[in-house]
Amino acid sequence: MIELYLFLIFMTVAAFVATEIKDLLAAVISLGAVGFSVAIMFILVQAPDLAIVQIVVEVVTIIIFVAVIFRTTHVDETIGKKLTGTHILSIVFFSFFALFFLVAVFRALQELPAFGNPTMKVASEYIRLGLPKAGGANLVADVILDFRALDTLGEATVLFTSVIGVAALMRSIGRKK
Amino acid sequence: MIMFLSCIILYLIGLYAIVTKRNLIKIVIGFALIEYAINLLFALIGFRSNMLAPIITKVDMPHRFVDPIPQALVLTTIVIALGTTALMLSVALRIYNRYKTFDIAKIRKLKG
Repeated sequence: MIELYLFLIFMTVAAFVATEIKDLLAAVISLGAVGFSVAIMFILVQAPDLAIVQIVVEVVTIIIFVAVIFRTTHVDETIGKKLTGTHILSIVFFSFFALFFLVAVFRALQELPAFGNPTMKVASEYIRLGLPKAGGANLVADVILDFRALDTLGEATVLFTSVIGVAALMRSIGRKK
Repeated sequence: MIMFLSCIILYLIGLYAIVTKRNLIKIVIGFALIEYAINLLFALIGFRSNMLAPIITKVDMPHRFVDPIPQALVLTTIVIALGTTALMLSVALRIYNRYKTFDIAKIRKLKG
């Protein structure tokens, strides 16, 4: 599993570049590097459905980002300025929070099953009943469209709500100049 | 274990961008990074060594699959992440059109 570690290191570096670079277009491209690495890692952990969806969503996300940046500005003028009091306070607050969060996560992760060996108590039922009851060969599709179809309905609701929000914000009719 | 912790470090980089950055686009990038980290953590938790993707390709094949439930949950999350990112970016675009800046320290005045 050495390739998973290599991709995780690459993603961490790219994420740091995305947060710290001055040019916003370069930041968005670094974000795209992280997203496509996630897609490749989905293939490596045997999740082809996720990889397909991640690639499509990643392309659309980058297009939206680039469209917004082309209409506005591509220089992050807050990078390289002198630090103000609020900024230093937020960095100190974040460091304390990150420390406590890492300790808590470390203790919580020890309760989880080790990597590559999940419990699969519920999933074994879904795998056994997927083909006879739901009738689909792809078990992920069985879960989202049959066993947990109400979750998918909620997902569609959230998606349409966000589309209504975007349409209301980006409208040009009836807006005061 | 180290694999899960590196996902958490990616999460913390996203949280760092949200808490300490003053540019709106950088804050949206931080949200996107958090979404990637959590999706990846779920997919890694469901992984089993030397097992196949959960797709039945032959009749009576042995059921040696990775966990399909985290994959189904993450499939939902990825699409919702796209919706929230588009909504946040449209809010940022409207704020820029009104204030001509992305700097949240300068977006203080109540206008219009």
